[in-house]
Amino acid sequence: MTLGGALLAIVIAVLLGFGSRTRSLWVRGPSRVVVEFFRGTSLVVQLFWLFYVLPVFGFKMEALAVAVVALGLNYGAYASEVVRGSIASVPPGQWEAATALNMTWFHKVRRVIFPQAWALMIPMLANLLIQLVKGSALAYYITLQDVNFWTVELRRATADTFFSYTAGLIVYFIIAYLLTWGMNILEERAKRRLGRGTRPSLRETLGLKPRGLYTPKVPEPTGGAR
Amino acid sequence: MPDPTNSAESQTMTNTSGDVPAIEFRDVVKRFGDNVVLDGLNFSVPQGQRITLIGPSGSGKTTILRLLMTLEELSGGLILIDGDPYTHEYKGDKWVAVPEKRRRVVRNRVGMVFQQFNLFPNMTVLGNIIESPIHVLGKSKAEAVADAERLLEKVGMSEKRDFNTNELSGGQQQRVAIARALAMDPEILLLDEVTSALDPEIVADVLDVLREIAETTDITMLLVTHEMQFAREVSDRVLMFDKGQIVEEADPETMFTNPTHDRTKEFLKAVLGG
Repeated sequence: MTLGGALLAIVIAVLLGFGSRTRSLWVRGPSRVVVEFFRGTSLVVQLFWLFYVLPVFGFKMEALAVAVVALGLNYGAYASEVVRGSIASVPPGQWEAATALNMTWFHKVRRVIFPQAWALMIPMLANLLIQLVKGSALAYYITLQDVNFWTVELRRATADTFFSYTAGLIVYFIIAYLLTWGMNILEERAKRRLGRGTRPSLRETLGLKPRGLYTPKVPEPTGGAR
Repeated sequence: MPDPTNSAESQTMTNTSGDVPAIEFRDVVKRFGDNVVLDGLNFSVPQGQRITLIGPSGSGKTTILRLLMTLEELSGGLILIDGDPYTHEYKGDKWVAVPEKRRRVVRNRVGMVFQQFNLFPNMTVLGNIIESPIHVLGKSKAEAVADAERLLEKVGMSEKRDFNTNELSGGQQQRVAIARALAMDPEILLLDEVTSALDPEIVADVLDVLREIAETTDITMLLVTHEMQFAREVSDRVLMFDKGQIVEEADPETMFTNPTHDRTKEFLKAVLGG
């Protein structure tokens, strides 16, 4: 559920993030409306609405699907602002150089703009991802069995409130910590691709051969430098 | 709006032979809000000619290059490349904007080098150069790499092939940017103050590279520069701009030694410090 929610959130974030930037009012308008709506309303109410109200209109989804959709839309709306902001911080000269090389819009974004924006957006996305994990606790209210559910079950079984809720806290913390760790690795990797890495990669640390700045390739004796 | 009184005969002239100008501006108007930068500009550049645009800042020189690279949209008039419609085409009985798909075909003939280099930091030196030849021109990777290596040698950057772009000095970045533009095999090369962001002692390296390109190719070049000595050496014609209009047009010798217009005299005096 969390994974599905996160994936959907990222897809929505990228779509809405770019949607909010286009010149076409027909794309930008709806993008903004969706972002503002899902940012501006409570996740719990969205969950309840999708789960209890939609079936009234004859559109019923599994609890799991509801949770994925609600988490994806809600956090996707937040993350789209992160995407939009990061894209906007890529210098306009990068777009212009890509135009001068006659790239299509999609090519520019995929090969030039997004890889640079990605490095900027990871820390903020990591934040949202952790919030999303914790937000998934709300899915308990629509009958899903998540960490929160098991915590409550544990309390019922052991009758030990302190133990069961502390265990719940620890489980959430471990999940969040693992995610932070994973996102840090992604961030380092993205920065290194931009040549801004602060730490060598695992492979470089373990490898014997250093690379880059300090080991220029020896030029051919003929030709080359004038 | 484009002037419908202009004939559409250029439509049919799709060739690059000598008599069709490489670049033609027809009644070009460019406004930024209320600020009119170009006001009904007409000029053309014959194939293979090297033109330097000079003039005070805000006179519209850079805007001309940016319009040619489609980094700005026209407010009026139209631009033809080799006689082919670039910004507008004659359809039915009026001039309409050229759709992006067709514009890309023509844009392939135009390359640009920027003041701030604008290399892609997420790619190596080589990656920057081969990206578009592979993905836009459809060259094979081996061919693109071979071409890139030849160009890197030409600009004296062979050793830096696998470097990240931010490991290079400004002058080196600019030489890579020149190689990147040339890798697209442009017919027209736009050089927008390419040495303005460089330390004085590095400027000569970059100018040497450009001089060699000017001598060994027949690329049509439009340059905006403050390097008057360089402009004098490489250009066939110099256009003096002021307030979006060409105030004087001459060969470099005449322009720099014996300008006729007062505005030109004033400007050159200020720039050359004489």
